[in-house]
Formats: sequence, structure tokens, C-alpha cells
Amino acid sequence: MARSDNVVNVYDVGRRTQYKGVAVSEVHAGGEPEAARAVPVIATRGITKHFGTVQALRGVDLDVYAGEVVGLVGDNGAGKSTLVNILSGALQPNDGTILVDGKTVAFGSSLEARRSGIETVYQDLSLAPDLSVWANIFLGREQSVKGPLGWFHWLDRKAMARAAEADLERTHIRIGSVGSLAGRLSGGQRQAIAVGRAVAWGSRVILMDEPTAALGVEQQAKVGELVRSVCDQGVPILLISHNLPQIHALCDRVVVLFQGRVVADLRPATCSVEEIVSWITGASLAATAATVSQLSRSGAQHGD
Amino acid sequence: MAIKLPAALTPSGTVSPNAGPEGDPPQRSLWLGAVDKVGDFWIVGVLVLMILVFGLDSPNHDLFTRASWLNTSQYAVEFLILAVGETFVIITGGIDLSVGAILGFTGMVSGAVMQSMLSSHENSLLTTVVGFAVALGLGAFIGLVNGFIITRLKLPPFIVTLGSLTAVGAAPALINGGNEISNLPSQMLTIGSAAIASWVYYTVVVAAVVCVVMGMVLHRTRFGLRTYAVGSNNLGARRAGINVDAHLVRVYVISGFLGGLAGMMVMANFSVATPIAGQNDELNAIAAVVIGGASLFGGRGHMLGTVVGTFIIALLVTGLVLVGVSGSWQEVATGIIIVAAVAVDQVRLRLSER
Repeated sequence: MARSDNVVNVYDVGRRTQYKGVAVSEVHAGGEPEAARAVPVIATRGITKHFGTVQALRGVDLDVYAGEVVGLVGDNGAGKSTLVNILSGALQPNDGTILVDGKTVAFGSSLEARRSGIETVYQDLSLAPDLSVWANIFLGREQSVKGPLGWFHWLDRKAMARAAEADLERTHIRIGSVGSLAGRLSGGQRQAIAVGRAVAWGSRVILMDEPTAALGVEQQAKVGELVRSVCDQGVPILLISHNLPQIHALCDRVVVLFQGRVVADLRPATCSVEEIVSWITGASLAATAATVSQLSRSGAQHGD
Repeated sequence: MAIKLPAALTPSGTVSPNAGPEGDPPQRSLWLGAVDKVGDFWIVGVLVLMILVFGLDSPNHDLFTRASWLNTSQYAVEFLILAVGETFVIITGGIDLSVGAILGFTGMVSGAVMQSMLSSHENSLLTTVVGFAVALGLGAFIGLVNGFIITRLKLPPFIVTLGSLTAVGAAPALINGGNEISNLPSQMLTIGSAAIASWVYYTVVVAAVVCVVMGMVLHRTRFGLRTYAVGSNNLGARRAGINVDAHLVRVYVISGFLGGLAGMMVMANFSVATPIAGQNDELNAIAAVVIGGASLFGGRGHMLGTVVGTFIIALLVTGLVLVGVSGSWQEVATGIIIVAAVAVDQVRLRLSER
């Protein structure tokens, strides 16, 4: 039972039977105040998704609360990207629901997800290199001037440049001029713009897909600081990454996907990187399944 | 927890006006600034140099005469109007090979309509208006078909517009038995021959208005910004909520519409609708846009650059004739300038990205 104090819930692979209560209470006792965690900002219930005969997600329950950085990890093919695409509106689930502030929502497109306050920082950053920084931040949400010229969507460039500057200022991102072309900036600066854009519009939650994959060590650290700084302003972040040491250092919670299911919900404060790895590879799952079945045989299983 | 990027990360950002709707210029380093300045002005320099060389080399400095200006500006109208539409298309990362064919076809159809209206003694002004409506509407419709095939069937613009170049390009020969139509309303002839203060042809005025209006659309409106966005990062534009397919269709409609307008201007210039009008014009239009600094990969281009590029091509024709060089050399020179323009642009880009 070495890991039991980190396990919040465990699904038994193959039967979708939920065993809760393996020392759950101890974990939550050391967590954030219960009041602040009352309603998750974004939650999924029983999300399934298949592509043809490939079952990518087999019923995912996920909760992200205000003010936390949640890491989403898993091996290639575990379903991370599929889940993120569903949350960002790019894909529609076959079954299950998404809740924002406790209310059920359905996203037909990424535009609808964004209207619900869910912003995504894509792995490729999704910036237009030939557009200025402010134009990138306002792309798709351009401001027009008032009056007759506004009928032709005459851009209010000054207002957008000013607002972009303020947005970046608020997230402590230094870019120099917001008139610079995005393509002329360094990798770290581009990353910062993509994050700054998400923060500027993402009122509810920010999804970050491999935000540091293309960056050098120093820039990775910068993005890490950025993530914490954004989160401290109240907007929770769901962070998808292969960089486990970074996940371990940055996240308040780490959710592990394995073969389309959430198999573990860990607290880096009380578990090691190696432990996360053993959940990702499924090693811990086998061990816990054995333990759980042992517990249930001995009648020690807590009711749900 | 303020994130302060280290000094090495703050940009000595350089912004090229060839490169998109930029804001206020950031501070530049000397070397990059110089490279950029050359980039901004070198193509204008080429134009000035050409004017000087042709002007001083021509007998009696003929290039500096009113007749030469009227000639060159009238000749430029055709390519300028096509190149304006082509600028939008190329900035989205596409290409429209069909504009020359649209020019010829819409001119012939409009000419045929006007001819039959005149022969049934219809009012001359009304005939002209209907003629314009037919050409512009037909051009826009062909652009719409191009756009729909490109976006719905997800075919490369090169192939789709090559197809319409071939099909639409053959159509004028089927109208009026492939003969020229010279029975045109008097207003058409006026547009082509009258000049303001005997310096500026009406057709030149039309082309200038098109340039200014479409330049503002490209550089000052949401439509223009999204045109750059679509060409710069197609997927990113989609994620940003832009209806990329609808935008592309509109861009090809603009290109076709301007093809129809160019058809009317050419007809006015020559006082006749001819089935060979517009042949190979698409190549000159594309060349003008590329010489003007646009990238065929999309995302970059500028209306002013297109105007300068058009005048370089027009000047090559009239200038070489004035200095007594055969017209075929004009095509050789155009070819060389296209490659040189793109090469200089690439070098400039690489230097400025260091």
C-alpha cells in the first residue's frame, strides 16, 4: 500500500467498475479548503470517443477547480489529445457531458468552446507569423471603429494595440512592441504571446497542449513561471505535457490517463516522478487492482 | 510573480511594410534597419532607375512626354485591375490563373449583349450600364465557381484556375462567331478615349479608385486582416473562428469581379470587344504582385508593391519600344525581373530573420 495515500480514485481496467475510497480522505484533508473546490470550473462526466473501431476514450471523469494547475499525462495513445480536442471543441464526444461551472454545455466548434471561456494554447501556438502581435491576439475578435466606417469593419488598430499591450502587461509578458510581427519574435516570446492571448480571453479555463515541447531549458522555465502566474490570478490550467519533471514541479494535481481512462489522480506534493511514471505505464494499476480486489475480498471496501 | 524576459529575448523587432498590417515601427538595429529599408524601397528604386534609363536613352527623351505617359498609364490599367484582385488571392496563399480568361470572356459576352441591345435601338446609356452589370456579374460568378470548387472539393487553386483558364479562355471564340464586336455604345468609347485635363484617362481613374479602395480594404479592414491570417496560418485562422472557406470564396469572387471590370476597361481602350483580349494577362498580373513583394506561400504582400510592380511591367513594354528594342525582349526582361525580385526578397527575409 505504498501509494495508497496518493490515489484518489481508481478504475478497474476492463470492467469500468469504480472503486473509490482507498485512503481518499487523507489526501483531501491536506488539500485546498473545501469551500473553494465546491464546483469545478470545468468537468467531464463519462466522456467516450471512438474513431472507427479504435476506442480513444472509455468514459473520462475529470474535474478542474479554480486556482489549480492540473497536469494531464499519459503514454502516447492514452487519449490526452482526444480529450483536449473535445474540451476545446475541435472534436465532439460520442457520449458523456462537459460541465462549465456545473452547467452542461456542448461544443459544436472551437468557437463555441471559446465563447464559454475555454481557451487553448496549441502545441504549434496557432500564431500567424505575418501578423503583428496585437493582430494575433485579436484575430477572430477584431474591434471595429464606431460610425459609418465600422459598417465596413474598419479596424480600430489603436484600440486593439493598446488593449493587447495591457493584456500582455497584466500577465507580465514583455514583448517590446505589439506592432512587431509574430514571426520575427523568439520562440519564448511567441510562446508568451500564445499564452497571453489565452489569458486575455480565457475567462474560465486554459488548456495547454505541450507548451514547452519546442523550447530550450531556460525558456521552459519561463513558461513554467508564466503558468503559475496565470493560475495565481484565478484561472485554472489544464496542462498536457510529456515533460514529467516539469509537470511534477508545476502542477497541484496530476491526472493520469491510461488506455482511455483516468487511472490516477495524484498530488505531486506527496508523490515522486517515478510514481507518476508507474501509473502512466500501467504498472501501478496492476498493483492497485490487486490490492483493491484483496481489500474487497476482505470486506474492507468503502461504500460509494 | 512577474515574468521578465531576459534582454536577449526582447525583440530588436523589425517590421517590413511588405509583410502585413503592422502597427507602429519598433526600434531597429542599424544593420537590420538598413536591410529593411532597402527592402522597402528597392523595388521603387528599380522603377525610378528604369524611368531614368529609358527616359535618357530614348530619342528626344520621349519617355518624359505626355503621349508616353498616356500610353503607359493606359496600358497599365488592364494589369493593374487584375493585379489588385490577384494580390488578395496570392496573400491567401492561392493563385488565380483564370483572370485573363475572365477578362476576355466577360468582355465578349458584355459586348455581344450591348451590340444586340443597340441593334434593337435601346438607350445608349442604359446599354452601357447593362454591359457593365453583365461583365462584373459574370466575372464574379466565375470567381464564385472557382472559389466553391477550391473550398468544397479541396482542390489546389492552381489546378482549379488552370481549368477555368482553359475552359473560359476558349469560350470567347464561341461568341459572335469569334469575331470582334465594334458596335458599342458611345459612352464606352468616351471612357476609353477621354482624359481629365488631357493627362488622365477615365480608365486610369477607374483603376486608381480600385487600387485605393481595395488597398484600404486590404490594409485597414477586418476582411484584409483575415486575408493575411488565412494565408499566414490557415489552421490558426480556423481555430480563431474565421470561416476560412467562406473567406476564400469571397477572395476569388473579388478576383473574378475585377477580371470583369478589366474586361470592360480593355474594351473601352480598344473601342472593340475582341476574343483575344486578356490572353496571358494573368502572368503579367501575377508577376506584378510578386515583384511587388508578395509571397506565393501566402501571408505577405502589399497593395503599393503591386502598383509599383505593375508600372515596372508596363514601363518595360513602352520603354523598350521607345528605345527601339523588340517587344519580345520585354518578356525576357519581365522573366528576369520576376526571378530577381523573388531572390532579393528571399535574401532580405533571411537577413532580417537573423
